Amino acid sequence: MASKSDRRQHLERAATYPIDWLEERSGLIGGLRYFLFRKVPGDTNWFHTLGSATLTAFLVQLATGVILAMYYKPDPNSAHASIEHITHDVTLGWLVRGMHKWGASVFIILLFLHMGRVFLFGAYKYPRELNWIVGVLLLATALFEGLTGYLLPWDQTSYWATVVAININGTAPFVGPFLASLLRGGAEIGPDTLARFYSLHMLLVPGALIGLITLHLYLVVRLGVTSPPWSDEAAGEGPPEPTKPARAGLVRPRARTAVRGRPTE
Amino acid sequence: MEDPRGNMEHQPPPSLWPIGFAVGIVCLLVGLIVSWVAAAVGAAIAAVFGFLWARDVVAASRRERPAVPVETDGAPPSARPLPADEGPPAMPEAEPAERFPRSVFLEASTLGLGALIGAIVTLPVLGFAVLPAFLKQGHKDVDLGPIENFPEGQYVVATFVSDAKQGYISRRSAFIRNNGMADGKPSFTCISNRCVHLGCPVQPGGPVFDSKKKEVSSSGHGPVELIPALPAAGFICPCHGGAYDQEGNRIAGPPVRALNRFEFLIKDGHLILAGMYSVSSVSGTGATARIHKYQLAGPGQHIDGPEAWLYPVQPPH
Repeated sequence: MASKSDRRQHLERAATYPIDWLEERSGLIGGLRYFLFRKVPGDTNWFHTLGSATLTAFLVQLATGVILAMYYKPDPNSAHASIEHITHDVTLGWLVRGMHKWGASVFIILLFLHMGRVFLFGAYKYPRELNWIVGVLLLATALFEGLTGYLLPWDQTSYWATVVAININGTAPFVGPFLASLLRGGAEIGPDTLARFYSLHMLLVPGALIGLITLHLYLVVRLGVTSPPWSDEAAGEGPPEPTKPARAGLVRPRARTAVRGRPTE
Repeated sequence: MEDPRGNMEHQPPPSLWPIGFAVGIVCLLVGLIVSWVAAAVGAAIAAVFGFLWARDVVAASRRERPAVPVETDGAPPSARPLPADEGPPAMPEAEPAERFPRSVFLEASTLGLGALIGAIVTLPVLGFAVLPAFLKQGHKDVDLGPIENFPEGQYVVATFVSDAKQGYISRRSAFIRNNGMADGKPSFTCISNRCVHLGCPVQPGGPVFDSKKKEVSSSGHGPVELIPALPAAGFICPCHGGAYDQEGNRIAGPPVRALNRFEFLIKDGHLILAGMYSVSSVSGTGATARIHKYQLAGPGQHIDGPEAWLYPVQPPH
């Protein structure tokens, strides 16, 4: 009995050793816990999952997009042929391209649903205004991602839709004409426009999206989850204070610093 | 004053002014399309309600500012004991230490050198990203072949490659009509097929005689396709329903002006298309038409009237 338990302990130590090793040098486990585990009010519901659903949709776009880029050729003479090749010849190409194409719409739809949830639950209020602003920037960036991606199939629909979209940009007062030239890479849509949109679509705009999402998540982790409007429960960062009535919605940073900064007399 | 939910103090008091302001803005925007009177009324409403709203907000923020209590070093004995996180700190913060000129110099030179290196790396890259879109632009003359291919008084849809280096992607179409002689010189109407709403290709409103298609070889630009057409109803855009008459004047739909035209010249009996220009309107027809000509502007951009003030400078076309 004793020897078995000894062996068990030994095994456990062997299993946890690499984790401990990693934790001691990086603090990653603690960081992960800080990132993932936070106080959530008991009466949340499925609406609170829309943000993570949007993030998941974005990750799907990221993964499928990287794979599509292995087969796509951003050149006016071969772009459409490479799309046909992906759809009809490459094994499971139809599936990955379909995921990317339909996933783009799912991503945008989820963005709007998430935005609606935040608006209707009043989750944009103090102290989360900045996160709303970052979210609006995310929406605009995601729409730009959709615009640049739409040209890439290089068929009649995508070509003329892009002509129209660029010319709509061109009607903006004062800067519009220059914006349109910048998007086209010249006075007319040419061979450079496709490569330009490809580069924007797969490098610049996703980079901006990842940066903004990081900022968005940082603010969520820092400020905590909002309680639903009907909730009596406190949420957000920091331990609830037993002497004060529970605050719905949030515990303000001032209260938190008071807890943390109180000297032991 | 503290709300039990604790999240009220940052909200402005409820107010109806923003709604009036929004109504005014909507009225102004609708008025821009419908009539100037409605726009003026909308602007007035927006101005009045905007002013009232701003006044409310300013008044509210003045009211909210709490009176700052006069701080005294020793609190009167009758006052309640201060919580530990209020009142003067037990240990005053240290005065910022004196900084030595050398450390200031090192800090400034690190920042300055860093900025210089950053600029040396970034500026050319930025220029490479932005400048090609604006430099070395401009048209190339396109040879459409002998003018005998253009029967007098008839429209021909000419499709050509406008830049041989770019290939088929620079294929453009123009509606060409031979107007006969004007003052002893050949006269042509050369209308671009790009809609001046948002740039879709407009179509002739009438039969296009594909069976009479002619291919003309053109010097350096590949073949030119010539298809006779009878645009009895003018030109119509399939995208958003813009409609133009046979001279390119807008007659219906969202376009803001007449269709763009090409400059043309005759060289060795060949019709040559040169650069494009924008047209606000055309009065008269054919060789005697009076064309109100402007610098080339993008689709959807006004070139005359007060709206043209929104597009004062055009990038090189």
